[in-house]
Amino acid sequence: MTDAFRLTRRAFLVRSTAAGAGLLLGFHLPARRKLAAAPVAGADAGRPVEVNAWIEIHADDSVLIRVARSEMGQGIFTALPMLVAEELDCDWSRVRAEYASANENRRRDNVYRSMSTGGSRSVRDSQDYLRMAGAAARELLIGAAANRWEVPAEECRAADSVITHIPTGRTLRFGAVAAAAAQRKLPELVFLKEPDEWHLLGTPVRRLDVPDKIAGKPVFGADVNLPGMLHAAIRACPVFGGRLKRHDAAAIARRRGVVQVVALDNAVAVVAESWWQAQQALLALPVEWDEAGNGAVADADIRASLETGLAADNAVVMAEHGKPDSALQSSARQIEATFYAPYLAHATMEPMTCTAAVRKDGRVEVWVPTQNASASLGAAARAAGVDPLLVEVHNTQLGGGFGRRGTSQDFTEQAVRIAKQVGRPVKLLWSREEDTQHDFYRPASMARLTAAVNDKGHLTSLHVRVAAPSILTSLGMKAEDGSDPIALQGLADTFYAVPNLRTDYVLRTLHVPVGFWRSVNHSQNAYFREHFIDQVARETGQDPYRFRLGLLEEAPKQRAVLQACADKAGWDKPLPENTFRGIAVETSYGSHCAQVVEIRVGNDGTFRLLRVVCAIDPGYVVNPDTIAAQVESAVTYGLTAALFGDITIRNGRVQQGNFNDYPMLTLRQMPVVETHIVASGDFWGGMGEPPLPPLAPALCNALYAATGKPVHSLPLSAHGLRPA
Amino acid sequence: MLQLNVNGQHHELDIDPDTPLLWALRDHLHLYGTKYGCGIGLCGSCTVHIDERAVRACLVTVADASGKAVTTIEGLAPDSNPVQQAWEAFQVPQCGYCQPGMIMASVALLRDKPSPTDADIDAAITNICRCGTYNRVRQAIHAAATGKKEAAGD
Repeated sequence: MTDAFRLTRRAFLVRSTAAGAGLLLGFHLPARRKLAAAPVAGADAGRPVEVNAWIEIHADDSVLIRVARSEMGQGIFTALPMLVAEELDCDWSRVRAEYASANENRRRDNVYRSMSTGGSRSVRDSQDYLRMAGAAARELLIGAAANRWEVPAEECRAADSVITHIPTGRTLRFGAVAAAAAQRKLPELVFLKEPDEWHLLGTPVRRLDVPDKIAGKPVFGADVNLPGMLHAAIRACPVFGGRLKRHDAAAIARRRGVVQVVALDNAVAVVAESWWQAQQALLALPVEWDEAGNGAVADADIRASLETGLAADNAVVMAEHGKPDSALQSSARQIEATFYAPYLAHATMEPMTCTAAVRKDGRVEVWVPTQNASASLGAAARAAGVDPLLVEVHNTQLGGGFGRRGTSQDFTEQAVRIAKQVGRPVKLLWSREEDTQHDFYRPASMARLTAAVNDKGHLTSLHVRVAAPSILTSLGMKAEDGSDPIALQGLADTFYAVPNLRTDYVLRTLHVPVGFWRSVNHSQNAYFREHFIDQVARETGQDPYRFRLGLLEEAPKQRAVLQACADKAGWDKPLPENTFRGIAVETSYGSHCAQVVEIRVGNDGTFRLLRVVCAIDPGYVVNPDTIAAQVESAVTYGLTAALFGDITIRNGRVQQGNFNDYPMLTLRQMPVVETHIVASGDFWGGMGEPPLPPLAPALCNALYAATGKPVHSLPLSAHGLRPA
Repeated sequence: MLQLNVNGQHHELDIDPDTPLLWALRDHLHLYGTKYGCGIGLCGSCTVHIDERAVRACLVTVADASGKAVTTIEGLAPDSNPVQQAWEAFQVPQCGYCQPGMIMASVALLRDKPSPTDADIDAAITNICRCGTYNRVRQAIHAAATGKKEAAGD
């Protein structure tokens, strides 16, 4: 029975040398911590045993699983331990999760691999080595039990943290053999379960972080409290690229609680006994800025630059096949439209924050809500001017991330610079206004799409031109030729079968910093493409859903989610009076997603968001309830952006500051969200971002159906289109 | 000295009476469950109860709160509070930052209206959540109202 059970598994060959294991297993099992390497007495003393870097087993059988990516709401603090626990065959009800340490990762030769949390990569990029870590630990535990019983390991099985010797029925708990297991040599071979053998993966287990989160217990970055800690409020030059010219610290020096004013290159911070005192003093601080020549830039200049890009003759061709030009010229019908998508801020609920302590001996500690603890560590070391090995990063909970807290660690650098000057631990917290005005925004961009349609209504040629700032260039990853491999996400790699295609890109260099905003360039590019597809369909008298199906004959996954979504939404069923729907589909971050948005239009130009039907194919499913939550999340985030999101520039600076002028979707406006998981089960896709891109075009397509007019720029509020 | 009663505990604070209650709670009493999100009363992350009514602690001065009964998220009993129990059953939180405010607003709503309609919930729960927990918040409030502890189909 055991052999048959094993034979159904995929085998992974593992060489027992450390180097080989590192390569083949995909994770290292390097020198274990001294604690774990202590003789078997460790368990007897009730101390936890580290079986490998990811897994600690306690004498009471509880299991601690380390998480190297950041929990920012997306559920990976539960999903990643599930991947380990599935293979470990431990009792899930006794599993706890904690953050892996960025410093351990450095000291232990990158044992936790990437700690970056972006690109919806947490599950799909780490599922293999996490499952293998669980499987390898299970084999070590089984081996230790078999050794104690003096029986072959093949006669033993693990389930719910108990190892059973099948022929005799004898059992040993994980906690009883963990110390011995940790001393054993890595197995030659580990097996991963086939998906049909999973008992934990694919089930809606409850999130490990919820009990604390309903009790107000988690320590977010803003909640860090250290002995002797001071509080800092900061104001950076409101004009991007500008510098601090002068400030009058004496003007606020006598205010109650104020300890110090710290000048940075492009910002000034007030340090006080409490944050409120610091912020009030900062507001009263006279400051002059050197605006670096950007002080007159306005939205009109940005739009003019983008428009120039649309007409430029130096575009970089990102994808081309067939003969798009001659196909256009010879076509029965040409349809062209120009689109604009604005800058967007992330607006995490918790503004940027970091707490830093810089000791006299050069040691630096930071407590930071980060999407990338390794990046925080590097930023802190740079800001303090010390070796990274002297920096300790403590991950806190994140009050949202959405791409803001990863690559760009400006808040970490600021906190370290301030703490270094003050000589005491300092918690830096940005005001909401500072957060809105000093983001790395989703790029403002323009696109011109030109389609050729033949007399049968087939799309024969498509030219997509995008003019936009480059995120990669803005973050210092400049390409010499003006290209950007991610600028045309969803356009250059479109899944629609168009016989003649060209997508090209014109980089625009503007002074507003841009960065990774949930689903990155897919968010605006899917709007351009999917709204335009509706325009082409409607102008040629075709049903937008069936027009898409016709373009998806060679794209079975996208076709499947589109069909599932249309079926669940009742696409062919007549709608009540004044009710309209729109559909869109996109593939991003490894998953396929289609959405139908249903709205009811009022007489006053307002509309009610009735429901969003979503079909998603993430390949394999880790936790279906987390998937549903991520769909609800992406719908909320995407709706806020499509309806209201508009960061505008005047006098070189962002005009919006708080939720009064950068409004958010509220509960009252939230549509019903129906999630249908169409898991095709042969790949690992992402979940944090893929449900976002189809939302804006599906909503615009519903409004187009209602009004007969396409919406060629966002947000909808700029057109007077508002939810009731 | 300002007198402040928080979660049944008496405190004396030597701070500027204009200090918003939010910052007195966080920076002086180290009760960090009440969050800062906007400072202008729009997001509701700082929602607490004063004499059993939901208020935004960023808009109330500590002087105004003095002499009244302030309750924060730390003052609820998560193991028995029906709202927190419903929150667990419906797996409401994502990042969790806005959730104490959501829970405090919901507890106050149910005290006012033990069986709220959707319209009541729309009117009372104006808190902002960037993660998109709104639909689960609504479900959990209804479930707490009816004493239902399990999510439908759970």
